[in-house]
Amino acid sequence: MKIASRFLTRPDAVRTVMVSLDGEPVAARAGDSVAAALLAHSGDASRQSGKGAPRTAFCMMGICFDCLVEVDGQPNCQGCMITVRDGMVLRRQRGLRKLDGSANA
Amino acid sequence: MARGTSDITVIGGGVVGLATALGLLRAGRRVTVLDGSDSDFRASQGNFGLVWLQGKGAGFAPYAAWTRDAVAAWPGFAATLGDLTGLDLALDQSGGFEFFTDPAEFQDFAAALERQQAHLGNRFTHEVIDGDDLRRSHPQIGPDVVGATFCPLDGHVNPLRLLRALRAAVRSLGGHIRADAGVRGIAAASGGGFDLTLHTGETLGAARVVLCAGLGGADLAAELGFATRVRPQRGELLITEKLGERLPFLSSTIRQVDEGGVQIGGTKAEVGPDDRETLDVMAGLARHAVKVLPALADVRVVRAWGALRVMTPDGYPVYARSPRHPGACLVTCHSGITLAPLHASVLADWIENTETAPDLEAFDENRFALSDAA
Ligand SMILES: Cc1cc2nc3c(=O)[nH]c(=O)nc-3n(C[C@H](O)[C@H](O)[C@H](O)COP(=O)(O)OP(=O)(O)OC[C@H]3O[C@@H](n4cnc5c(N)ncnc54)[C@H](O)[C@@H]3O)c2cc1C
Ligand code: FES
Repeated sequence: MKIASRFLTRPDAVRTVMVSLDGEPVAARAGDSVAAALLAHSGDASRQSGKGAPRTAFCMMGICFDCLVEVDGQPNCQGCMITVRDGMVLRRQRGLRKLDGSANA
Repeated sequence: MARGTSDITVIGGGVVGLATALGLLRAGRRVTVLDGSDSDFRASQGNFGLVWLQGKGAGFAPYAAWTRDAVAAWPGFAATLGDLTGLDLALDQSGGFEFFTDPAEFQDFAAALERQQAHLGNRFTHEVIDGDDLRRSHPQIGPDVVGATFCPLDGHVNPLRLLRALRAAVRSLGGHIRADAGVRGIAAASGGGFDLTLHTGETLGAARVVLCAGLGGADLAAELGFATRVRPQRGELLITEKLGERLPFLSSTIRQVDEGGVQIGGTKAEVGPDDRETLDVMAGLARHAVKVLPALADVRVVRAWGALRVMTPDGYPVYARSPRHPGACLVTCHSGITLAPLHASVLADWIENTETAPDLEAFDENRFALSDAA
């Protein structure tokens, strides 16, 4: 079941970019961070911790690491510190990255 | 002045003071711990978490033996803390490496381990491994590593959880811990015991005191007539993002925390009371780690910090009774994580001067007086 986002997006009209999240197309406001775009898209968790607990962005300023997400194949990216780009391939991260750079799942 | 309800007051609530307090509580004493402020330098909150024997006491047999006893006591100590507090310290004693990229340093350290082996006999064992042999058993190790030493008795623990567990254990046995109760002055009271003045101006009485205040204890040590002057020695550390798999080894400079992050450390700098981290040292740590384990190259560092070691003049522990004031002891050391099980057990017998007390004469501070005179 999709959980509706409880975040209101700003009313001013800006350009929209298209990214994909786990293969599904998602529209985002240009200039938003990846974490803001994911929060606006859905109220669901954006990752699972190493122990499998659901998590999503919390501090939005680079401190808590709860916004980790896979961006264009690179796991453990802080979504709140990265601006969305057209065509970005995002994956919800499950668990932690591995030493060889691959995602765990 | 009221002597309070405690038999013994421990000054300093870091790993050393809390472990000492725990030992005294287990021996049936009533104990109060007076701890300083969050702005104090606190080695117990910035250290590397090794429970380490390799290389310790190569030049001083009593320290080699004391550290060996501590390492042997760790499993029981972790279990006791677990029973008292429900906390898992993530103790892992499955052996540790020391990696070398400089052939001369490798040789020197191997020679030091021979001396340590001579002190400890069959209570110690170590291997000296040539770089190529090492890469046969651990293909992940980089080509710049010329060799390694390995001791199967080495290990590590989560040091912040240790600190938390010690606090909880002291409280669970009825000990009192007062935060923000830094002692500014101490004097012998006329009727016996001591008068303490806190930084707030409050005064307290204490029947007996054990001084474990780390770098903040220097002035109090002098007031009690102790000769030991500890000095700060800065170490810097990095920690990486968490990894979803275990590293293939533990070393004295690269250790994976139980939660997944890789801690990199081991630097030493004599810079006085300054615990700031520096870019060149951090870069050197990162270079070292990537030489040892090239796969770390793209793992991101998420935090760096500096912390000050509490160093005695020769780096070995000091367990001393005040020459002027019966009832006052000084307990201070580097490697207070490794030594914690002994501080929480047999050290209490030494403080209480019981018949079963360990002989700690070698750690008295008169060794500094002797070397000054020589
Ligand atoms: C970078 C680094 C890495 C290390 N790595 C290891 C390791 O891998 N393994 C290991 O075994 N050891 C290691 N150590 C050493 C270990 O951390 C210390 O030996 C240990 O933490 C010392 O504990 P302490 O209680 O003596 O000092 P501290 O932790 O400094 O505690 C002193 C306490 O006394 C309080 N205090 C100060 N002044 C007063 C006062 N006047 N009145 C009341 N309270 C006061 C302070 O607030 C503080 O809480 C490392 C240390 C550093 C810095
Ligand atoms: S939301 Fe806290 S680091 Fe990104």
